[in-house]
Amino acid sequence: MSILIYLMPIALILGCVGLGAFIWSMKSNQYEDLDGAANRILLDDDVAQ
Amino acid sequence: MTTATIAPIPNDDYESLVKQNDKGQNALSLLVGGVHCAMCIQKIESSLIQQPEISEARLNFSTGRLNIVWNGALNKANEFVSTVKSLGYSVSPYNPDIEKNTMDNENRFLLMCIGVSGFAMGNIMMLSVGVWTTNIATMGFATRELLHAIMGLIAIPSVIFAGRPFFSSAFSVLRKGQTNMDVPISLGLVLACGMSVFETIRGAEHVYFDSAVMLMFFLLVGRYMDFRARRSARSAASDLIQSLSGFATILENGQTKRILIRDLREGMQIVVSTGESIPADSVIENGESTIDTSLVTGETLPRAVHIGDAVYAGTMNQSAPLTLRVSKAAEDSLLADVVRLMEKAEQGQAKYVRLADRVSRLYTPVVHILALSAFILWWGFLGASWQDSLMIAVTVLIVTCPCALGLAVPVVQVLASGVLMKRGVLVKSGDALERLALIDTVLFDKTGTLTIGKPQLIGDYNHAYLQLAASLATHSKHPLSIALTSAYKGDILNLTDVQEVFGKGLYTDYQGQMIKLGSRSWIGVQDPSMSDDLEIWLSVGQEKPVPFYFKDQLKEDARKTVGRLQDQGLNITLLSGDRQNVADIIASETGITSVYAEQTPIDKYNQLENLKAAGHKILMVGDGLNDAPVLAGADVSMAPGTAIDMAQNAADIVFMGDQLLPVSYTHQIAKLTQLLVKENFAISIIYNFIAVPAAFCGLITPMLAAIAMSGSSLIVIGNSFRLRRYK
Repeated sequence: MSILIYLMPIALILGCVGLGAFIWSMKSNQYEDLDGAANRILLDDDVAQ
Repeated sequence: MTTATIAPIPNDDYESLVKQNDKGQNALSLLVGGVHCAMCIQKIESSLIQQPEISEARLNFSTGRLNIVWNGALNKANEFVSTVKSLGYSVSPYNPDIEKNTMDNENRFLLMCIGVSGFAMGNIMMLSVGVWTTNIATMGFATRELLHAIMGLIAIPSVIFAGRPFFSSAFSVLRKGQTNMDVPISLGLVLACGMSVFETIRGAEHVYFDSAVMLMFFLLVGRYMDFRARRSARSAASDLIQSLSGFATILENGQTKRILIRDLREGMQIVVSTGESIPADSVIENGESTIDTSLVTGETLPRAVHIGDAVYAGTMNQSAPLTLRVSKAAEDSLLADVVRLMEKAEQGQAKYVRLADRVSRLYTPVVHILALSAFILWWGFLGASWQDSLMIAVTVLIVTCPCALGLAVPVVQVLASGVLMKRGVLVKSGDALERLALIDTVLFDKTGTLTIGKPQLIGDYNHAYLQLAASLATHSKHPLSIALTSAYKGDILNLTDVQEVFGKGLYTDYQGQMIKLGSRSWIGVQDPSMSDDLEIWLSVGQEKPVPFYFKDQLKEDARKTVGRLQDQGLNITLLSGDRQNVADIIASETGITSVYAEQTPIDKYNQLENLKAAGHKILMVGDGLNDAPVLAGADVSMAPGTAIDMAQNAADIVFMGDQLLPVSYTHQIAKLTQLLVKENFAISIIYNFIAVPAAFCGLITPMLAAIAMSGSSLIVIGNSFRLRRYK
């Protein structure tokens, strides 16, 4: 059972990373234009020189 | 007639709309129309990015908003706009009042709470699987304590953060000394967490952090869905608001100028070109065209308009340029009224809404008492541990929230207003629909309500006489004169010195003879006429006068509408000021059996009072000045959009367009609304009757209670959406 002392923090930290990613995505307005984002993947942008 | 030559319309001046962003760059927001696919995004953005001054050009596909940021001269704005236009898209200034699909603060806040509580729920669930599936012998005391402590560490901050929607609402209402649905929820969350913390410190066996957080998660999801449901019902109005943004062309001293629609004022002269939306309610001064009124009335067939016709903001001018005189500024336009009516109806203090509020207010103290008594019963009398009793009490608190009751009425009403508005029916007060569902009698006015209100020339006439009559009639604005002129297709003689005797007729000299066109009595016709149509007579010199007959056409769906209303079991009565034989003909054509003709306004009002005294509930449909008292006195009243202002003000419901079917459609929607409201109440009550005893008996866990409660709210909302599918 002593393995738990390592596994628990790892699980929690990973969970927090996930939460942090979610909050970051909300704050950077990634949910504003969902249809646009869906369409943009179809665009070919010329590779910047 | 062609419009006088005017100077070319100058381009819109977007320079005035440019703002400075915090980096000192120029920023402009535009609304781009016609964006339908991914290629559009690329075309627009790349064509703008190529310009050297531009540092950012981003198109929001969901809303059509284009943000451009650039360094340099302000007047580049117009260049950018024409670049986008040249690609084939329509451009207008971005109206910040429309935030259709973008994240506004409340949306974002709720999503954030859901995200945090979801994270907490998932992690705590992971830990509680460990705790619940084993026992202390296998696990060891220390491990269990560790798991409890970590669960607590996750749960407490999450509840504090994600429970804010409930806590802040409960707090603000408690401060006023009242309770609402969020009070039991907050209490339940606080109790569950508090007790779990206590138990953790004590080293006890069971903690309920998982229940608390899961409960919060499901409640938040339910709340978010409720929020979205209310929002989607409002979006019908935003389409209309969009037409109020943009530019209009005004004529000032013969010069044309583009100004913002919001700056239009009454009395200004504006020019509307082909394909342009009419910016404000106005009257046509010059030009003839067809108007597409679908945005405002829902009608897809265009309407022909002539000089003197009134046209409304938001409709589109299809065939030819028009010169118009603004009759109402943009904020006073019918369109703006529509939006305001919608908003008012949403917040309307309808009887059922008030009932639901009252029930909610009574309900919450009862809920708290029930929870307390459950606690006392289980702990004091049935010998359960205080922890178990407390959890049962928490379950009772959660499961009995009258959310469904609170939603039962508003959702249906908002949806009903939205559905009706799409058909061009404006409901002015929330309880108009409730009253409409209860009627048993319908009173119809004749002219302008059952009939189109525009007389039309019928019959064949001698061409020479017709020509003379039409030539005289062009000098008059009398409805019969207009009908005569529009029926005549040939050349008009140029008659000079035409005199009009108001209310009687016109006369002039022509080729040495006196020609008169006017009413029967004025012309001096002696024989009593057997004809029951509207008529005017032409007399040329000493010859025998010649009659012209008109008919006021029945609206084409009048018979169908009356039939549908009769199928619903309503008594239909025709009330008219016209002659008996005219009224009888209209009645027989529409299938109305009860007719009162030659009614003065007082007579009409007395008819209404008699019917009311006999216990009937009456709907009045009318459009004229003499209907206004009856419109105001009836239980519920409807006026067509073509009615005079006073009638529209007196009526509870206004229906746009030339059709009569909206009357029966609105009635059916009203009945369906009442049915759905009753069903929703029934669902809520049945749910509570089953859930509360079950919770009381300890048969439900807190988590199940949360799911059940959110579920009942969703069922009520789902039931309400059945309204949308009604055709």
